[in-house]
Amino acid sequence: MHEPEVTEALALSHGLSAEEWRTLLERLGRTPSFTELGIFSVMWSEHCCYKSSRVHLKKFPTQGPQVLQGPGENAGVVDIGDGWAVCFKMESHNHPSYIEPYQGAATGVGGILRDVFTMGARPVANLNGLHFGSPNHPKTPALMRGVVAGVGDYGNCVGVPTVGGQVFFHPCYDGNILVNAFTLGVLRSDRIFRGSASGVGNTVWYVGNKTGRDGIHGATMASAEFSEASEEKRPTVQVGDPFTEKRLLEACLELMEKDVIVGIQDMGAAGLTSSSFEMAARAGSGIRLDLDAVPLREEGLTPYEMLLSESQERMLIVAASGHEEDVKSLFAKWGLEASPVGSVTDSGRAEIFWKGEKVADLPVDLVVDDAPAYDRPALERRDFKERLHLDLSTIPDCRDPEETLLQLMGSVDLCSRRWVYRQYDHTVRTNTVAGPGSDAAIVRIKGTSKAVALSLDVNPRYCRLDPYEGAKHAVAEAARNVSCSGALPLAVTDCLNYGNPEKPEVMWEFRRSIEGLSDACRELDTPVVSGNVSFYNETNSEGIYPTPSIAMAGLIEDVSKAVPSHFQQKGDAVLLLGRTDGHLGASEYLWAVHAVEKGAPPPLDWDREKALQKLLRDLASEGKVHSLHDCSDGGLAVALAECCLGERSRLGVTASLQARSHRLDELLFGEDASRALASCSPDIVQPVVNKAREAGIEATLVGTVGGDRFVVNVDGQRLVDLDVGRLRSTWENGLKRVVGG
Amino acid sequence: MKAAVVEFPGSNCDHDAFEWASRLFHIPTELVWHTETHLKGADLVILPGGFSYGDYLRCGAMAARAPVMDAVIEHAKSGGLVIGICNGFQILCEVGLLPGALLRNQGLAFLCQDVYLRCETSKSPFSRHVGKGTVLRLPIAHHDGNYFTDPKTLKRLQREERILFRYVNPNGDVNEAWNVNGSLDAIAGVLSEGRNVLGMMPHPERASEAVLGNEDGAAILRSALKTLEAAHA
Repeated sequence: MHEPEVTEALALSHGLSAEEWRTLLERLGRTPSFTELGIFSVMWSEHCCYKSSRVHLKKFPTQGPQVLQGPGENAGVVDIGDGWAVCFKMESHNHPSYIEPYQGAATGVGGILRDVFTMGARPVANLNGLHFGSPNHPKTPALMRGVVAGVGDYGNCVGVPTVGGQVFFHPCYDGNILVNAFTLGVLRSDRIFRGSASGVGNTVWYVGNKTGRDGIHGATMASAEFSEASEEKRPTVQVGDPFTEKRLLEACLELMEKDVIVGIQDMGAAGLTSSSFEMAARAGSGIRLDLDAVPLREEGLTPYEMLLSESQERMLIVAASGHEEDVKSLFAKWGLEASPVGSVTDSGRAEIFWKGEKVADLPVDLVVDDAPAYDRPALERRDFKERLHLDLSTIPDCRDPEETLLQLMGSVDLCSRRWVYRQYDHTVRTNTVAGPGSDAAIVRIKGTSKAVALSLDVNPRYCRLDPYEGAKHAVAEAARNVSCSGALPLAVTDCLNYGNPEKPEVMWEFRRSIEGLSDACRELDTPVVSGNVSFYNETNSEGIYPTPSIAMAGLIEDVSKAVPSHFQQKGDAVLLLGRTDGHLGASEYLWAVHAVEKGAPPPLDWDREKALQKLLRDLASEGKVHSLHDCSDGGLAVALAECCLGERSRLGVTASLQARSHRLDELLFGEDASRALASCSPDIVQPVVNKAREAGIEATLVGTVGGDRFVVNVDGQRLVDLDVGRLRSTWENGLKRVVGG
Repeated sequence: MKAAVVEFPGSNCDHDAFEWASRLFHIPTELVWHTETHLKGADLVILPGGFSYGDYLRCGAMAARAPVMDAVIEHAKSGGLVIGICNGFQILCEVGLLPGALLRNQGLAFLCQDVYLRCETSKSPFSRHVGKGTVLRLPIAHHDGNYFTDPKTLKRLQREERILFRYVNPNGDVNEAWNVNGSLDAIAGVLSEGRNVLGMMPHPERASEAVLGNEDGAAILRSALKTLEAAHA
């Protein structure tokens, strides 16, 4: 076998820094082989070892009585009581999705599904956060069509419903779209499986797809900036095979019912290398691999290629000795190969053989635990303070509130996402109590009276203007959405998308975000149980806005108490819960109507936020309200309109508001935090108002549900009077300007 | 009264169909793996939705050749009840128990949404207790649900009242805007010549519980169950 000579230049071309190369030589005490260099290059890449983020991620609260498994495993696990638990995680597949949107997005879904079922959980819900460039950018339509079809086709085929998510457009994503995929699974709390290679002599099994040359150095690709030449990296994007994934999922879950599995892990980024090294590292053991036994899709793969391949739908399983036939026959039932490729040792080393030759012999801890970690310099963004300042005198008030409302309802960020979620099967598995279009998706847990509520949120504009406050808002809004469904927020997973961390301003954004997320998760008692960091979302040195996607999981003990987001009944009273100050800074209105992105995000007071969310849950559990809807992006007028736009409801509303200032836009489109709209029977308005006041929350009667018109009066003057059908068609056709038809 | 749900690799509504029969209707129900050759004494066989063998070939084409299908054909030929839902409908067409084929949706995209169906005849075990003219709201979730057949067969289906369900608007009228996948004659479900085999694209098993906000789908299995019980009585 002819291999390139390993030199510093070769190491640098593999993405290692000169300093990392020196460390490697010193710690290893010799020059690594070509295969070993390949191992270091992926395991020490940003994507695999989180070298720029690790020191900061330690700030997250990760503990709590509800946490059964925090960060560090394939996914987090949270107790939901009565012997049940949920397992969830979110991960990015940004770089591959930009290069090849369909397969990039599809394999992103595949990867996150494996991260969850490897823990022993049956996946029951998917979410995704999609961030595209400007609707006017020539690439946006094709990227959006490809990503949505890829997400849909993969999840639909595997049979896991996609029940919610987020779609956001902004020019900052023109050259770097974001595809963040989330999966939640259900398991018994005493049947958690982990990625650990323990028990000397136990067999290491390779199961699933054969290994091909696809995806080699995918992890390294995700650890560098993009340029025009990046599209030549298309061969590093893997191809998804959801049918194999489905069989792998069923076979693994079936094998987990027998007492055979010691440890199990997905072969995700950096494939066989990361799974074997990480499993040995977690167990403090060693591992011996025989590459001749690795099933290959084509002949002539070198050890380097086998170890670095990111072929999809593969798992590594450590099984107790003596169960060889059980493993083989079970996978055979599902038409899958299971190959013994090695064994667990106590050497603390990974020893890898091929054709009778030892091609790699490395200390596991050097590769995994001693991977580089940097506290990179951070510097406040130069325009930070200047952009926080908003001079409203330069911005005209809205003259025609009706027209402005229609403009907002049809805008790409606020319009209906039906074109997207219609392509996702959101009803398979018969658990979907509330699907896409609801504040939080509600998924019941069969065999119990419980349901989980899920919401995925981030406002990148808030995060760009103030990364600390923006991060707080992401957590608070996700929790508020979950509380609006009547659920108690339990825990979060995050997907942190940023530019190049070697730039101090990006690092500052990242650090401030982490601080904001940490403070928010502490305040709301929702620890971070899993997550992912994606850096280098930059093209030609243009970075994306800081985008910490937050997915919140909450628990409803009695699913019959779940509350919908839309108006349900004619004659119901509409109450605004929370205080309206008319905060326009950083708002959707300023951006969509005035093309202004300035001002501080709305102030967020934790006492008020927590009181509001508790009130929402209490109103739900006492059965007092017919609907609850978060009031955030677009402000009060938009939130009122959204309440009329349920999938099946045809109810209008007449709202009467009091102006708080001389500006109408502040009242109608200001985005004051900690607010929600409730609808309830008119005869219990007073008890609801009293309850809110006791909780320290302002409650104002703002209208009555009914009719087929959407009417807003301010100080007795009728400013908006629209047919709900017109409102709906404007809202439903908003995405047409991007994707047509 | 016993039911069987046939499982192919890639079926993903097998558990849903199993629960529909067993948990919601208390019918003793067995899962039957695609390699088996007996249906475990079932009176009613359900071919569930999903992506059998990934549907990497024409939808249902691989499943139609699975060992278990000989038993399904025999069951159908001897008058036993069969319901094929979504992928199950595609398989029934591929295996020749039902006429026609399911083509790619008009618009070419996967569609997941609620649709309205009108029950076109009460002359079948699945609709005897639903009632002609009844409008049901049921979810669909498919990429290939655009029903097609040749003009002669269509005429025959119409004449023999073998079109069980048509896509309609909420008022119960056939209307192209509500025939979302573009099916010929708005056909959503058809019956075999013996009227004991039903294929339909919408998913009644996903809409049979109050907690999911829709129980319209229960009517179909309830009708089949009542018919079978009456026959056994």
